[in-house]
Amino acid sequence: MEKEEVKKIIYALVEASTGKKKLKQSDILKKVSADHGIEKDEVKAALRDLVDAGTLIFTYFGGSFIEIPPK
Amino acid sequence: MSKKYDTPMLDELEKGAFPSFVTEIKRAAAHSDMSNDLLGHTETCYKERVTHWKHGGIVGVRGYGGGVIGRYSDMPDKFPGVAHFHTVRLNSPSGFYYKADALVELCDLWDKYGSGLTNIHGSTGDLVFLGTRTENLEPFFAETSSRGWDLGGSGSALRTPSCCLGKSRCEWANIDTMAITNDITQHYQDEMHRPAFPYKFKFKVAGCACDCIASIARADMSIIGTWKGNIRVNQAEVANYAKTMNIQAEIIDMCPTGCMKLDGKELRIDNANCNRCMHCIAKMTKALRPGTEQGATLLLGSKAPIVTGALMSWVIVPFIKMEPPYEEFYELIDKIWEWWDENGKNRERIGELIERLSFPRFLKEVGLEPSPAMVKEPRRDPFFFWAEEDIER
Repeated sequence: MEKEEVKKIIYALVEASTGKKKLKQSDILKKVSADHGIEKDEVKAALRDLVDAGTLIFTYFGGSFIEIPPK
Repeated sequence: MSKKYDTPMLDELEKGAFPSFVTEIKRAAAHSDMSNDLLGHTETCYKERVTHWKHGGIVGVRGYGGGVIGRYSDMPDKFPGVAHFHTVRLNSPSGFYYKADALVELCDLWDKYGSGLTNIHGSTGDLVFLGTRTENLEPFFAETSSRGWDLGGSGSALRTPSCCLGKSRCEWANIDTMAITNDITQHYQDEMHRPAFPYKFKFKVAGCACDCIASIARADMSIIGTWKGNIRVNQAEVANYAKTMNIQAEIIDMCPTGCMKLDGKELRIDNANCNRCMHCIAKMTKALRPGTEQGATLLLGSKAPIVTGALMSWVIVPFIKMEPPYEEFYELIDKIWEWWDENGKNRERIGELIERLSFPRFLKEVGLEPSPAMVKEPRRDPFFFWAEEDIER
């Protein structure tokens, strides 16, 4: 799968979880990898791009999570 | 800048023989409004016996998930100088060696972008810069990173590895602690800057069992230098020590395994029963030296009491050669982290997970062979002394 496609899947997952469940990086890697048959390293690389671009951010609330930045 | 607040409770902490953080904040307050408000804020917290800090949240440097600890006051109107009071951690160099001009430069930058208050070093081992506003984080990071510094770890990530001085100054170091620490830091950049673990993970590297950085109590993984084979003995120096010290009382009777004896004027060691505690070597520096086949013992699981009680690390690998490129070591770490990732709950340290699921299961699933050296608690502690009345009781 193309990296851009993986990025869209990750973003959609985080967006769908917003306000319901905070996702850790490992939650995202496991879920996307299991649902789409993608290697965890590929998911990790795509997630890294999203964080580097500021599309997703790390937050800390008693643990580190991946979230969409506030507008 | 004039004094803004009366701080009778904080003033009490300036009395006594030891350096006081209050004195330092007052010194910084002379030129920093942020530090001035910190005095008033802290006094209020003490007076009301409740913290007025809010911790965590959404704050950091783009691309990084750690290195900045968000902190806000819940009384921003009363103390605007500390409305934001974020902490920045910079990765310290192995062994904490600095050139003076580098430290001066960092302090100047912190006067420019922050409160001017630092903690060198924090208990994490990082250079800790206390108190800045959100909008100053990126400029401070840009200035420090352009000078070769990088952020340290925070959150559910690998924390900045730290070590004792090792071979740079200590003849007892069985491993090159500084090289190992630097290698771990470079190898695991992603794990340090992009938090992916159930909770924090710390490495601390000690050159010998004296454990000057207390890795056995402070690191999820303690890497402690040790040796195989026999302690090297210089009997002529043993004879010299016998002239000035009571070897029987100070060395032999204090050996935790009772593996030493005096044979006339010569010291005999049953090396098979030595547990490499370093007591005799540290006391008779000219007479005894570690053996020549050197490596490390890996211990896992220590932590301070946060979610559950404090734990000490215990042995998982009695002896491993710690030489570049450290392939065997990194393979093991990756397996341990994978097991932790699969089984750990949020905010569960690796030591707590092993306690919950059992040590045998950990060994089996990580692929480590059980060994009698994997002692969770020692039979006795050579550094704990019973008084006579305790024994009689």
